[in-house]
Amino acid sequence: MTKEEADNGRDDMVIDVPGQANAVPDGFNANYLRIYYGKLFPHADMFKWMSYGNDGKHPGCDKSYFGRREFSFTLENDIYIRFQSFNSVTELENSIKEKCPFKIDIGPVYSVDPAKRHAYAQSGNNVFTPVERELVFDIDISDYDDVRYCCTGADVCLECWPLMTIAIKVIDTSLRDDFGFNHILWVYSGRRGVHCWVCDGKARRLTNEQRAAIADYFHVYKGNENSQKKISLPGLVLHPFLARSYTEVLKGFFEAKLLPNQNLLASEERYEKILEMIPDASVASELRRRWQENKRASMSKDDINIVRWEQLKSILQSGKQKMQGLRRCVEEIVFSYTYPRLDMEVSRHMNHLLKAPFCVHPKTGRVCVPIDPNNCDEFDPTTVPTLSQLLEELNRGGLRQDAENEWDRTSLGESVAFFRTSFLQPLLKSCKEEIENSYNAKLQQSKNDLSWSHVSLKVLLKRTKPTFPSLQLIHQIPSMKWF
Amino acid sequence: MEVVQSQRKSSSNNVIVSILPLYRSAPPLEVRLEDFEFFAIDRLRVLKGLSDGLCRGKKPEEMEKLVLDLWKANMRHPQAVEEVNKDIISHFVLRLVYCRTEELRKWFLSMETTLFRHRFRWGSSEAQRALMSEFKLPYKAVSNAEFESLKDKLGQVARSMGQTLAAADAIFYKVPFEEVPDLVAGRRVFIHKGHAYVAINQVVSLVVTQFRSYLSKALILTNRKWTSTIREQEKDRLTPIVEALCTSYLGPDYSQQQEFGEISIKDIDQVAKTSFPLCMRHLFEKVKEDHHLKHGGRMQLGLFLKGVGLKLDDALAFWKAEFAPKVSAERFDKEYAYNIRHNYGREGKRTDYTPYSCQKIISVTPGIGDHHGCPYRHFSEENLRAALVRMGVSSRAVEDVMDKVHNRHYQLACTLTFEAVHGSSCDAGINHPNQYFIDSQRVLQSKNGSVA
Repeated sequence: MTKEEADNGRDDMVIDVPGQANAVPDGFNANYLRIYYGKLFPHADMFKWMSYGNDGKHPGCDKSYFGRREFSFTLENDIYIRFQSFNSVTELENSIKEKCPFKIDIGPVYSVDPAKRHAYAQSGNNVFTPVERELVFDIDISDYDDVRYCCTGADVCLECWPLMTIAIKVIDTSLRDDFGFNHILWVYSGRRGVHCWVCDGKARRLTNEQRAAIADYFHVYKGNENSQKKISLPGLVLHPFLARSYTEVLKGFFEAKLLPNQNLLASEERYEKILEMIPDASVASELRRRWQENKRASMSKDDINIVRWEQLKSILQSGKQKMQGLRRCVEEIVFSYTYPRLDMEVSRHMNHLLKAPFCVHPKTGRVCVPIDPNNCDEFDPTTVPTLSQLLEELNRGGLRQDAENEWDRTSLGESVAFFRTSFLQPLLKSCKEEIENSYNAKLQQSKNDLSWSHVSLKVLLKRTKPTFPSLQLIHQIPSMKWF
Repeated sequence: MEVVQSQRKSSSNNVIVSILPLYRSAPPLEVRLEDFEFFAIDRLRVLKGLSDGLCRGKKPEEMEKLVLDLWKANMRHPQAVEEVNKDIISHFVLRLVYCRTEELRKWFLSMETTLFRHRFRWGSSEAQRALMSEFKLPYKAVSNAEFESLKDKLGQVARSMGQTLAAADAIFYKVPFEEVPDLVAGRRVFIHKGHAYVAINQVVSLVVTQFRSYLSKALILTNRKWTSTIREQEKDRLTPIVEALCTSYLGPDYSQQQEFGEISIKDIDQVAKTSFPLCMRHLFEKVKEDHHLKHGGRMQLGLFLKGVGLKLDDALAFWKAEFAPKVSAERFDKEYAYNIRHNYGREGKRTDYTPYSCQKIISVTPGIGDHHGCPYRHFSEENLRAALVRMGVSSRAVEDVMDKVHNRHYQLACTLTFEAVHGSSCDAGINHPNQYFIDSQRVLQSKNGSVA
């Protein structure tokens, strides 16, 4: 045993298991997944979440609710199976453990069990249709490739990851303050982005049109490689949502972090992109002339990007600029570099499938762990636990008889604990209240509907569903306990 | 019957009373059978005019004027009661007509909603508020205290749209944001904790959404009733009217020549080059080329020429001369002359046949050896481009025309051709080949001081 290997056995409980045996080579495969699903994946928590309180004993619970939720599995070899549904946590857990899916997606809750959808398709009255679905968002850092120079495509580092952080801040604040949503789960997508699940009852029951409206409310960045001007902020002032996002999040981040870290004004190639966004050619030329002359900021020790940005701002925001298009130019530049770029299609439709939290990303091996929006500055995608790392941690823990809460022995424990305390428990409490209130309201309604003094027997027979022969009904005096 | 009185001051300072029904229930009125049909046709003119305007991408101010003009031209009545009756009756008749397929329902819903939106805007704010309470919208007027605390933000929203927070707009309504998706989508409202703060002038959006949703459900119910009972019960009375209405052409029938009197044979060649729409040009060229036309082509071109002002004798002479290389004079008299006289109402049951409208021409499918039908629909892209160039359409305009063709807006394509060839706009759009001819002659006359 080498010194290194000896040092690896940090855990006091480990006595004689050599460090080498604990080491799990990096990777992603069915064998690793089998152990992950067997010991670490939080099946019960996922079930509780997806049940939204309907797995309780209260008479107002809808027992069919969980069974009407669609899941889809992507198996090894890219085999994709849709419309999976389960009636209990055991069914869900067994199916996952047995099939070992490389990816699990969550779809909507349908009007009937997806497994029975073919039986209903014939009637032509759209009986098989989504009825509930979380409001979801998907932000991918590869959509920001034109504003980050440190990485491209699927890569992510600590220089550019903050773009995701500020996206979370902007959207999360708006979802809570503007739209009044409370039960919001942010999840790392495992490689290069974040997902957002808004789980309030009101959110789950939004129509496609309402989802599209919310997506459009957030839609500011409108462009692709071919369009020149991707952010247009007309109007004398910004809408309060945009103004708040700018002053509380975007301006500070752009000026203090993105600008210097990505050297946005340091070289000609990079500052040309910004100059292109200035609609007044004479202003752009003036700046270009200045920056070409002063290749080095000789007068000050400050970062050249910050110096040049101040010059740009002072010209554009000086009282002399009368031109309409220049009024919001500074904000437009900041927005185009930093404002969240959402995938609109993901949010618009109820039937869009989205990857489940706590899945493992096949390309990186990282687990899709929740992110705390109140502490998202601290989140580091490069230290998210990987599959092999977790298995190694399990190994180090030694053999244990009880299979409960194995994740506590691993780095995953923190994530599961956060999921439960910050998201799941408050959500379930609220769901329980909702179910009780709704049930009580129905009770009250049916009490109001019936007036005992003049009710005829015929009416009685229609209103109740007798499980015993009608003859007996006539002799029974209806009592409140039926309800 | 829920009806709301509203008043509108026209530009000439006369008060126009317009009453906006909600069409919640069919009125217990007795309707004469002719009114059943005619009222519906008048309303259909309004809806089709609207549809045309939207298709042509008219700006909001232009649409507002268009709706007003269309309504005044077709639905106005000196007595307010009569106007309301016509409004309601025509709406319900058209519900029968347009409930029958998904596509028809979608079109009708879209047009009626647009019409409603414009008419709602004409109303005074009291009338608007009364309508809102009819719809039982879940709104609350914002208290003064709340308004004061939100004034800055509300002002910001207004200014972000280039408006100001005038004293009149101090009336705001608080609604759950789900009720006003289009205002949310456009960031035209301030939202806080799930509530949207809607200015009185934005209330239109609220109301229109309700109107639309109600009408959508009503149409489905109407369709069920139609299919299950009405269609069979009314098969001798209302059903034929209803079924004919949605395909009817609504413009003038051009069977009597109008302003330009007669056209004689010697004028035809000239006017064909300058004032014939593409469909007729093509037929005309083919007659000259082949010295023959099959029946469909003879009907389409022949009736068109009648509408243009060609008298019967000249028509007979024209066809006879064109067919001469292939058909002897005697054979012509035997086999073709009768039909031409028939078209002019001189034979048989003496019906004076009306020239075909665009709708009719577009709907036919020419077979082998045929040259009639609508070339925008049936020509290959290559042939159509060549034909347009021969007509003198610039390459830029050809692209616009082809764009309309690809989207299957054949009449709009013809309209753009007209505009390109004549250098002047055709606001009404082309609905009839004879209309094309008359408009063309009008333009040329005003340019040259004479009929070309």
